[in-house]
Amino acid sequence: MIRRQRHILDFTISSLLRQKGKNGGLLLVYGVIVFVVASILLFTHALRREAELLLRDAPEIVVQRTLAGRHHPVPIAWMERVGEINGVTSLRPRLWGYHYDPLIRANFTLLVPAENQPPAGSVDIGAGVSKIRGAHPGDIMVFPGHDGVARSFAVREVLSGDSQLLTGDLVLLSENDYRDFSGLPSGQATDLAVTVRNPKELGTIAEKITRIYPDSRPIQRSEILRTYDAAFSWRSGLLLVIFSAAALAFAIFAWDKATGLSADQRREIGILKAIGWETSDVMLMKCWEGSVISLTAFLAGVILAYLHVFLGSASLFAPVLKGWSTLYPAFRLTPYLDFGEIVVLFLLTVVPYTVATIVPSWRAAVTDPDQVMR
Amino acid sequence: MRVRRSTLFLGTLGGLLLLCAGLLLHASSTVRNSQRRLSANASLVRRLALTDLCLFTEASYTRHLATSDLSSAFQETPMSLEHFPSGALVQPPVRTSGTSP
Repeated sequence: MIRRQRHILDFTISSLLRQKGKNGGLLLVYGVIVFVVASILLFTHALRREAELLLRDAPEIVVQRTLAGRHHPVPIAWMERVGEINGVTSLRPRLWGYHYDPLIRANFTLLVPAENQPPAGSVDIGAGVSKIRGAHPGDIMVFPGHDGVARSFAVREVLSGDSQLLTGDLVLLSENDYRDFSGLPSGQATDLAVTVRNPKELGTIAEKITRIYPDSRPIQRSEILRTYDAAFSWRSGLLLVIFSAAALAFAIFAWDKATGLSADQRREIGILKAIGWETSDVMLMKCWEGSVISLTAFLAGVILAYLHVFLGSASLFAPVLKGWSTLYPAFRLTPYLDFGEIVVLFLLTVVPYTVATIVPSWRAAVTDPDQVMR
Repeated sequence: MRVRRSTLFLGTLGGLLLLCAGLLLHASSTVRNSQRRLSANASLVRRLALTDLCLFTEASYTRHLATSDLSSAFQETPMSLEHFPSGALVQPPVRTSGTSP
């Protein structure tokens, strides 16, 4: 049994090698399609998982205020009534905002930590800010404030490079420095972070906040998590475009195989039948032919995609992800794998291709050899 | 003696499968080793009350995907074409509650 399979496999590979250019091209195109789709799947899944693991420690509810449809600072006086809602255990004002640095054309996120604030006149900066501004502990950084007057800050600490996916563009400073720099009045905060006793009550508490302050906009943690899930799911934006292009390319490719055999291939099947091959032998040969190409392309594509995403920092996606930003965090994703997605990719590529190879051959193999060769 | 083509193919296939197994081992050991980094980062999220990943810094609504204005996917002009390349990657945040416009 095994000897028979080996002989048929030998013959199949010889047959494929007789058309090296065509089959080599086929293998390459097939491999590239699998590589692109697998890279996207691995990248987006790892990013979604990383976001899920990190942001499950995000504030349970963030209360923003909207004015004329836009985000507006929240009066700190809101804390009193929000704090009285049953189930709210603590709440704190968050102070943060943006600063555009025209020199390097980068946006920084300025943030006031609740604890361990840098002393007045000093800042802690993210590794991305440190790199782009060439600033290190002890250096002085100068930023023009809201009134156009430049403020200088001594760099106290550069945040760990391992946290760049969170802190790459952060500039942490004290509350007084932030208010002086941004012009935010002392009775206001950017938004409020609310902690609740029972996570099941989040929805109710968010509703109560909206009822007390109709211009408020409570954002629950589950919504934050779902935003990232939706942003990097296969259905979204550019990913869908790439998926569609790859699926279309593959469909054309499989259709071309399925719609017919070349005259040479038909003649080959006719000769094999004439010299005594059974239809089942021909089918087996074609099955091997499909498997040789699709398995090799699938495995090579998936392996290269893994190396690209997790060891090569997804460098081919970098231009798309960076866009026009000059400050981009350097991070290496943790290889969280979703076997379900890999299996689906296998089923969507290897199986249809192999079937598409077998069907037209079966039609030729059941016809009289004399007729096939004519 | 000439090596059979089937042997070469099966050998290549075996090599690729072995490589896959190696990558799986690499993945599981990397995930295990990244626990410390992950918990340090999670505590940073708690300490700084962060809501977003620092992935795209080019515009406020792509920097803070989860807390951006609902209308900001097209910023000032509702009918304008998306301005920033990364805007093509993201969708408006998912909302189930609140008094957003």
